[in-house]
Amino acid sequence: MSKALLVLSDGVVFEGEGFGSEGEAIAEVVFNTSMTGYQEILTDSSYKGQIVTMTYPQIGNYGINEEDIESQGGIKAEGFIVKEVCEFPSNWRSQASLVAYMKKSNIVGLQGIDTRALTRHLRNHGVQMGIISTKDLNPESLLEKVKKHQGIAAYDFVKEVTTKKIYKWEAGCWKWCVVERSKAVLKVVVYDFGIKFNILRNLVEAGFDVTVVPAQTDTEKVLEMNPDGIVLSNGPGDPQTVTYAIESAKKLMGKKPTLGICLGHQILGLAMGGRTYKLKFGHHGGNHPVKDLSTGRVEITSQNHNYCVDINSLKGQVKLTHKNLYDGTEEGMQHVELPVFSVQHHPEAGPGPNDSVHIFKRFREMIERFYAKKN
Amino acid sequence: MPKRTDIKKILLIGSGPIVIGQACEFDYSGTQACKALKEEGYKVVLINSNPATIMTDPDIADATYIEPLTADIIELIIKKERPDALLPTMGGQTALNLAVELAESGALEKYKVELIGAKLHAIKKAEDRELFKEAMKKIGLEVPKSAAVMNLKKGMDAIEHIGFPAILRPSFTLGGTGSGIAYNMEEYTELLDNGLKLSPVHQVLVEESVIGWKEYELEVMRDMKDNVVIICSIENFDPMGVHTGDSITVAPAQTLTDKEYQRMRDASIAIIREIGVDTGGSNIQFALNPKDGRMSVIEMNPRVSRSSALASKATGFPIAKIAAKLAVGLTLEEIPNDITRETPASFEPAIDYVVTKVPRFAFEKFTLLKLQFIKFVLLKLLFEKLELLTSAFIIFALEKSVLFAVVLLNVQLAIFLEEKLLLDMLEPLKVLLAIVLRI
Repeated sequence: MSKALLVLSDGVVFEGEGFGSEGEAIAEVVFNTSMTGYQEILTDSSYKGQIVTMTYPQIGNYGINEEDIESQGGIKAEGFIVKEVCEFPSNWRSQASLVAYMKKSNIVGLQGIDTRALTRHLRNHGVQMGIISTKDLNPESLLEKVKKHQGIAAYDFVKEVTTKKIYKWEAGCWKWCVVERSKAVLKVVVYDFGIKFNILRNLVEAGFDVTVVPAQTDTEKVLEMNPDGIVLSNGPGDPQTVTYAIESAKKLMGKKPTLGICLGHQILGLAMGGRTYKLKFGHHGGNHPVKDLSTGRVEITSQNHNYCVDINSLKGQVKLTHKNLYDGTEEGMQHVELPVFSVQHHPEAGPGPNDSVHIFKRFREMIERFYAKKN
Repeated sequence: MPKRTDIKKILLIGSGPIVIGQACEFDYSGTQACKALKEEGYKVVLINSNPATIMTDPDIADATYIEPLTADIIELIIKKERPDALLPTMGGQTALNLAVELAESGALEKYKVELIGAKLHAIKKAEDRELFKEAMKKIGLEVPKSAAVMNLKKGMDAIEHIGFPAILRPSFTLGGTGSGIAYNMEEYTELLDNGLKLSPVHQVLVEESVIGWKEYELEVMRDMKDNVVIICSIENFDPMGVHTGDSITVAPAQTLTDKEYQRMRDASIAIIREIGVDTGGSNIQFALNPKDGRMSVIEMNPRVSRSSALASKATGFPIAKIAAKLAVGLTLEEIPNDITRETPASFEPAIDYVVTKVPRFAFEKFTLLKLQFIKFVLLKLLFEKLELLTSAFIIFALEKSVLFAVVLLNVQLAIFLEEKLLLDMLEPLKVLLAIVLRI
C-alpha cells in the first residue's frame, strides 16, 4: 500500500501507509479508547469533522455488517487512523471488510503509525487540527493546508448530518439487547442533530412511538404533533454554533418533558443561560466510570464528547445528577422545577456498555409523572 | 461504604501442592490477598500445605500454618486462632471445597466464622450443575442442552432436541468407561446401547457438544453496593474441546463485534448477580457457535481463578488484591486504581495492546523412549502450526505476539530434544522464523 502522512497543526508528522480510499482529509484529530465498536464509531454522526484514532492496535477483526450502523449513508468520520488494519475478518455476521467499507464511503485511512505516541501527544498538547494525505507527501505543504483551515468551531456540522425529512422509526435493538420491549404507548419527537440509531432503537425498546425531525424544525410544528416528550439528540461540533437548536430548546422547555443526550445536553445547558467549555482531549471511549448521584451506583459508560456544560454557570436552575469519576467533570443534570433532564454520556451505548440504558426508562417515568400531575 | 470493623481476624486457605489446575497462580493471588488485608489493618491467619510458596514466607501473614489441607485440621486452627471470617476464594478449587465442607459440617457456625467473598449458597449455585442450569434458565441464558436417559426410547426423544454432535456419559462407570461423542444416529445408538449396559444404574447423560465452538472468558468483579465491572475478556485461540490450560489464549477478545461483546458483558453481570457472589472476582466461560453466534454459558468460578492471574497481568488490574479489599466491605469506587493512582478502581481497563498466553509443555520431563513419539507429534504439530501460521498470515498478522510466542516456545522445546531431533526440526523452524521475520 502507498505511503501516507498525518501532519498535525503544531507541525508533528507521522508517516504510515494509506488504506481505504486515496485522498486527503483535514479535520480535528481525536482518539478513542474503545476496544470494539469501530463500525459504530465510524458511522456516528458526532464524529463529523473529526479524524478518529483508535488506541486499540488491531482494527477490522470482525469486519462490517449491516445491522450495527449508527447512521444512514456510510461513514461520517472524516478519516481513520489505526495501528494495524485487519483485512480478513472473522465473524459470522461479517459482510465486508473494513477496508472495502472505507473505500465505498470514500474515506481516507492511515495505518502503521505509532498510535500510542499520537495519543500521548494529543493528551499532552490537546486535540488539534490535522491532515491525512495519500496524495501530497510534502509535510510542509500539508502543514500549510492545516494552518489555512479555520478550525471546526467555525462550522455547523449539524446542518450536514441531520435528516432532510420527518420520519418514523420502528426498529428495536439488535436481538440480544438487555431491555425488555414495552408496548409503544408514549409519543416522542426526536430532534436529529446527528442522531445515533441506537438512541432510536432504545427509545423503541423503552416503549416509545418515535418520530424524528430535522434539526431546524419549528417548535410550533413539533408541538402540533402533540408528542408526550421531546429528545434532543447527540451530534457533532461546538454546541454554540447551533443557535437555532438553542432557541428551540428555550421554547420547548417546560412545555414538554425533555431529555437531552450529549450535544442535546449541551444545548439544554446553553438554552438555560449556562456556558459550555472545551475539554483538553475530550472523552471518547467505552470505559468511563460515571456515578449516578441519586442512587450512588457507578456505571461504566460510553462517551464521545469534546465539550462540557459548566454546571456552576447554572446554579439554582439545575441539580447535578451524574459525575465522571475519571476527571470529576459533570455528566448529567436535572432541572430543579421543569421536567427536563440530560446526560453527557451515551446511555444508548453502541459502542460501549449498556449500564446506563435505564435512562430511557427514567425518561418514560418522568413523562408519566408529568402527565399524572397535570391530570 | 467503609471497611468492616466487626471483623478483625481473617483466615485464608492456600491452594496446597502445585498440581494440574492448581498452579503457582494461586500463590500469586493468595499473597496479594494477604498483603491487601494486612494493609487494611486486619490480622491474617494463613494455612497452606505447600511451604514452597511465597505466601508462606514469614512476613506475609500474621500467623502461618503449614499443615495438611483437610477440614479437621482447619477446624483445629479455627479453634485455636478464633478468626472472625474465612476468605475462601483465593486458594483455587481446593480452598473453595474446604470452605464448603467446613460450612456444611457446622464448624464455621460453631466458632462463629463468617464466610466472606462468596457465601455458601453462591458457591453451591455455581458449582452444582443442576442448580447452575436452573439459575441460567431463570435469567434467560443458554447452557448446553442435556438429558439423563434410562432407555433407548427416551434416548431417541433426547437426541431430537439435543442434536449432534452429542456427548454420552454413562453414570457411575469407572474412569469414564463408555463415554464418547456421537456425530450421527448410528454412533449414537451404539454408544447409548453400550452405555446403558455399562452403567450400574442403567443411566446415560446425553449432552449437547459444543466442540469446535469459540471459547471466551470474562473476568468480573462486584462490590457490596452491587457495582459490577469487567476486568478483561479473553478469547481462546483453540476452540472448545481444547482445555483452556492447553490453549493459546489472547486478551482482549478478538473476533466479537461491540454488540456481541456487550451481550456477553451483560450476561456476565446478570450471572454474577443471579449466582449471588457478593464481592470479589468471578470467572465466567462462554462458548459461541461460530456459524450463527448462539451463545452458551459453560461455567462460572465464584473465585479467583487461573485466568484471573492472566487477566491481572494483561491489564495491570490486581484482581486478587482488589477482591480481598472488596470482601471486607470496601467498594470499587473507594479503592484507588493501582496504575493511575488518581482514578478509582471502578473502571474497565481499556488496553492498547494484545496479550498472548502460550502453554509450555514440559517435554524435557519425558524419557528418551518417548522422544521418538514426541518427534512425530511435534513435527505434526509444527506442520499444523505452519498451516495455522500461514493462515494467520492471511489474517494479516493475527497477532505478532502469538507468532513470536509460538516460535520461541518451539525453539525452546527443540533444545530439550536430542541433537538429531534438533536437526530434523531445524528446517520447519527456519520456515517459521522466516514467516515471522517477513511480518
